[in-house]
Amino acid sequence: MTSPIYSIKKEKQSASTWRFFISELKPKGPWLTWFNVISIPIIVLGVVLIVIRFARGIGSITNLTQDVPWGLWIGFDVVTGVAFAGGAYILTFMVYILKLKKYQSIVRVTVLNGFLAYLFYAGALLLDLGRPWNVINPIIGNSFGTSSVLFLVAWHFLLYMLAELIEFSPAIAEWLSARRAHKILSTLTLGAVIFGITLSTLHQSGLGALYLMAKPKIHPLWYSEFIPLLFVVSSVFAGLSMVILEGSISQKVFSDQISPKNHKAHNSILTGLSRICAFTMFAYLFLQILVFIHGKHWVYINSPMGYWFLLEMIGFVLVPMLLFFYSSRTNNTLITKLAAILAIIGIILNRLNVSVIGFQWDAAVHYVPSWMEIVVTLTIIFTELWIFRWVINRMPVLRESPSWAKNHHE
Amino acid sequence: MGIDRRDFFKTLAVTGLSVIGYEALGASNPQASETEFHGVLYDSTRCVGCQSCEVACAEAHDLPIPTDIVEPGVIRKTSEKQRCVVNSYDTPKGEVFMRTACMHCNEPACAAACLTQAMYKTKEGPVIWRGDKCMGCRYCMVSCPFGVPKFEYHSANPKIQKCDMCYDRIVKGGKPACVESCPAEALFFGTRRALIAEAHRRIVENPGTYVDSIYGESVAGGTGYVSLSPVPFNQVGLNTKLQNSSYPALTKGFLYSVPSIFVIVPSLLLGIHEATKNKQPKDEDHD
Repeated sequence: MTSPIYSIKKEKQSASTWRFFISELKPKGPWLTWFNVISIPIIVLGVVLIVIRFARGIGSITNLTQDVPWGLWIGFDVVTGVAFAGGAYILTFMVYILKLKKYQSIVRVTVLNGFLAYLFYAGALLLDLGRPWNVINPIIGNSFGTSSVLFLVAWHFLLYMLAELIEFSPAIAEWLSARRAHKILSTLTLGAVIFGITLSTLHQSGLGALYLMAKPKIHPLWYSEFIPLLFVVSSVFAGLSMVILEGSISQKVFSDQISPKNHKAHNSILTGLSRICAFTMFAYLFLQILVFIHGKHWVYINSPMGYWFLLEMIGFVLVPMLLFFYSSRTNNTLITKLAAILAIIGIILNRLNVSVIGFQWDAAVHYVPSWMEIVVTLTIIFTELWIFRWVINRMPVLRESPSWAKNHHE
Repeated sequence: MGIDRRDFFKTLAVTGLSVIGYEALGASNPQASETEFHGVLYDSTRCVGCQSCEVACAEAHDLPIPTDIVEPGVIRKTSEKQRCVVNSYDTPKGEVFMRTACMHCNEPACAAACLTQAMYKTKEGPVIWRGDKCMGCRYCMVSCPFGVPKFEYHSANPKIQKCDMCYDRIVKGGKPACVESCPAEALFFGTRRALIAEAHRRIVENPGTYVDSIYGESVAGGTGYVSLSPVPFNQVGLNTKLQNSSYPALTKGFLYSVPSIFVIVPSLLLGIHEATKNKQPKDEDHD
């Protein structure tokens, strides 16, 4: 059965596969770009800091205190980063459930972005764990803390990453020209999408629910029993604003990848997304006002924290909402992008106000992140962008799928 | 495979008891005493601020012996190196001491927050930390309304430090080190039920000595470590703004909604998917 000719042929084949992987690992395009010049030193420095952190403890590079045990790495990397990754579940809902073909061209890149965001920002959690060797305990074994919101969030992160990987896997199969795998993986998409959306609504709100027990510690302007609802509603426009911003950058940076047809369609996509943002922001603002009135929160307004709250609500919710409404009427994409940037700042402010700034706001010693925490955060973001760029340049994410794969498209 | 008479009565008895409830069983058989929550009563009118409990605690748990002394107006805090602390306060009734340590809540927020059950409410009452389960996420610290758990930030193998009521001594029938060391009998160890009764007795029998309240009887849903004070609690550094219901109850609604969301959302999505599918005659060749 095993003729010598056959085995040699097989060997050759595996050698060429190997060569394919090696060649794909090599960078494409010029080395000396602004992005590389800035990101490489930061990543190197960040890796050094991470080594120090594991050798000498979390306190060696962070400013965390006994009063504020969660700082920038949780408040920004995880809580804020996951909100921005919310675009994936909204777009998969629109494309695979509502069948809005118009948004088909950006769904892959959004899912890739979401997957990488979860991988890196939730992965950043490992840096923040004091005893990371026990990270397996909530997953396998007999140590299930089922009464914990964090238990739920941890499981959802894990399962959602799997769902997003399945949603993205056809692109990997197309890259490897694996036709049979592509056929099988494409059939899994709908299941992964439905599962993924369910998981997303639960863990987006779950990130807010984490703070429900911290009632005596969070400033009352940011604490209410509706934090989970506010978090899940705001994740809709947070994710879509990120899609708008990221899509606009990709249009420029990766313009060689995008077909002229999709290039043209992009403006109409932006207008559609800005409409969704405008209406969800209206719902969000309305909820915030309800919470404000219901909780009689006006007593806190005439204070520095009160002005800070008003700045967030007016400057970074009301204003971008109006801009989104205006831009979707006038088809002015420049205004759309401006609104998206303001909305993104608003989400960063909101998540940090709940998790860091408004947390123990009256403590004697305030937590301010150290420069090293910021460098590590930047390292995580830059590394993610490196992987993102690597994937975009190799797999059919922004560019059209190969013709053999198109028949399988739903 | 038929049910004989004996089995039938057994089943009937079990079903009946589970309907009537566990208490009925206890009432009919008072001999079978369940393990009760234990706790510590701290009577600040008896405390002399000698710090014996602090030293005994440090010795019992291999922590550095505290060197700073109790001074009025100087607030010392528990830390990753010190699990209990006595402070002195200037009050209208003169100098009053107050000792703080883990409250050992009846429904601890830290244990409800812990995703690995490393923070654990034992059936004997103490809330303990189990290093082999803990992954160091510090969500217990975020959740504890009293700010009790402390983290060793400057260690590569960090531990959560908090009072465990000397759990290993208690299970052997002993008392916590602090209670044993107290020369003024300001600390009193026993079942929580007995502590509350004793505290009420002291308040009633010594009118004017205490404020008519026990810190820990109802705060945060009731705690195992309870305190008596001659002055209102906020004058001796205790947080009087905390709610009287338990903190884990705050996340109950969210957690209870999870199973229903897991049914409602996927069904809804599948329904919408099916509904939108019909609009596309193009997909005929699909099965």
